[in-house]
Amino acid sequence: MLSWLLKLPPFAYRAPESLEEGLELLAAGDGEARVLAGGQSLIPMLALRLARPSLLVDLRRVPGLAEVKEDGAGLRIGALTTELVAERDPLVRARSPLLLEALDFIGHPAIRSRGTVVGSLCHADPAAELPAAALVLGAELTARSLGRGSRTIPARDFFLGPFTTALEFDEVVTEVRVPAAPPAEGTCFLEVSRRPGDFAMVGVAAAVTREGDRVVDLRLALTGVGDRPRLLTLDELGLEGRASSEGLFSEAGRSVGARLRPPEDLHASATYRRHLSTVLTERALRTAFGRADIRGGAAGA
Amino acid sequence: MLEPEVGQGALLSIRLQVNGEEREGEVEGRTTLADFLRDQLGLTGTHLGCEHGVCGACTVLLDSLPTRSCLVLAASADGCRVETVEGLARDGRLSRLQQAMWDSHSFQCGFCTPGFLIQAAALLAENPTPTEAEVRHALSGNLCRCTGYESIVRGVLAAAEGRELAGEGSK
Repeated sequence: MLSWLLKLPPFAYRAPESLEEGLELLAAGDGEARVLAGGQSLIPMLALRLARPSLLVDLRRVPGLAEVKEDGAGLRIGALTTELVAERDPLVRARSPLLLEALDFIGHPAIRSRGTVVGSLCHADPAAELPAAALVLGAELTARSLGRGSRTIPARDFFLGPFTTALEFDEVVTEVRVPAAPPAEGTCFLEVSRRPGDFAMVGVAAAVTREGDRVVDLRLALTGVGDRPRLLTLDELGLEGRASSEGLFSEAGRSVGARLRPPEDLHASATYRRHLSTVLTERALRTAFGRADIRGGAAGA
Repeated sequence: MLEPEVGQGALLSIRLQVNGEEREGEVEGRTTLADFLRDQLGLTGTHLGCEHGVCGACTVLLDSLPTRSCLVLAASADGCRVETVEGLARDGRLSRLQQAMWDSHSFQCGFCTPGFLIQAAALLAENPTPTEAEVRHALSGNLCRCTGYESIVRGVLAAAEGRELAGEGSK
């Protein structure tokens, strides 16, 4: 083997047959080991020398991690569930239109066939779609470690900065839980990128709960415009107590545009990103509102 | 199984099915599936362009799904089924897709062609009668610097429609 022809830097590789063995390897790795699921983010990071782990712990043989299940609280998406499997899963299609819409913007068919939902969350790219969707959906991640057992991390506490999460080096996220959406809630994911499948210049995940023509709750998260997506609510936008939906959406768009300090790069200027944020926020909220089932609302129509 | 010490550079034994044949080899952890196919099996039809998942030239079918072989470790593909561009033609005859793309002048330098062929074959296997928009969407992750894509899209549509432009199609 001509080692000098290989693109990736050297690392040790293990594919344990149980989660416990994997957790042991991570704990022994002392921060130098990384978890490998689909590898669609981690392998490019290795190729570009943005990550230099000494050990990769491939989860592919660990049983029970590739499933999508449903319980009383909502969907449970296992750590090895690929984006392709998720977007074709009848439960995801029936229960989480926002997740489904966000998945469609991720990469290309040959990326989604390997890339995992949980892996994308753990990678925490500031321009990725799923972190924003997870925030708006109120998702929770289950993290396991050898020494401290299992803990639940709400999405709003999970994303700390670019490629940085609340996960400790010895933890593995075994699943993400997506709560069932109330019937009076409508959702929408919109994104603008240079080419289909590219990372977002700006992406917006939105959920709106309505009672008749009134907006009673609103959750919003933008991607591609900061170091990480942040959850915005009516309160945080300074729009609480507003009854009429019409003016509300354009005002929310302006409020979002005014508060952002988006990055500038060769894909888009800060001014253009701010403009897109304003327009896409208003459009996503209006669409989500239109999709909410008025008859499901507590006050009814 | 967990071996006590498997360090960097250690060789791992893998066994996988490539174009219908059982193949095996010894790889480092960092050997990608593309490296293995090209350097150890001599299947150099799988091209390496960017080597970080952007260009699509290295696309193969992994357990029937289109996959970037530069973004999969060979060790992770242990036990899987792989189909490469070399597996498309049967008994020296081009597949209908290959013939249609040939007839449509779907390539110039040819570097991107294996990736386009595999990605298009995966599309047609799932959706035998795609619209032009569906073809363009399916191929949007593959880069071509020569053709401007028009002739590639035409070739895939011709294959879907069963048109044999030169009248010398394979089937």
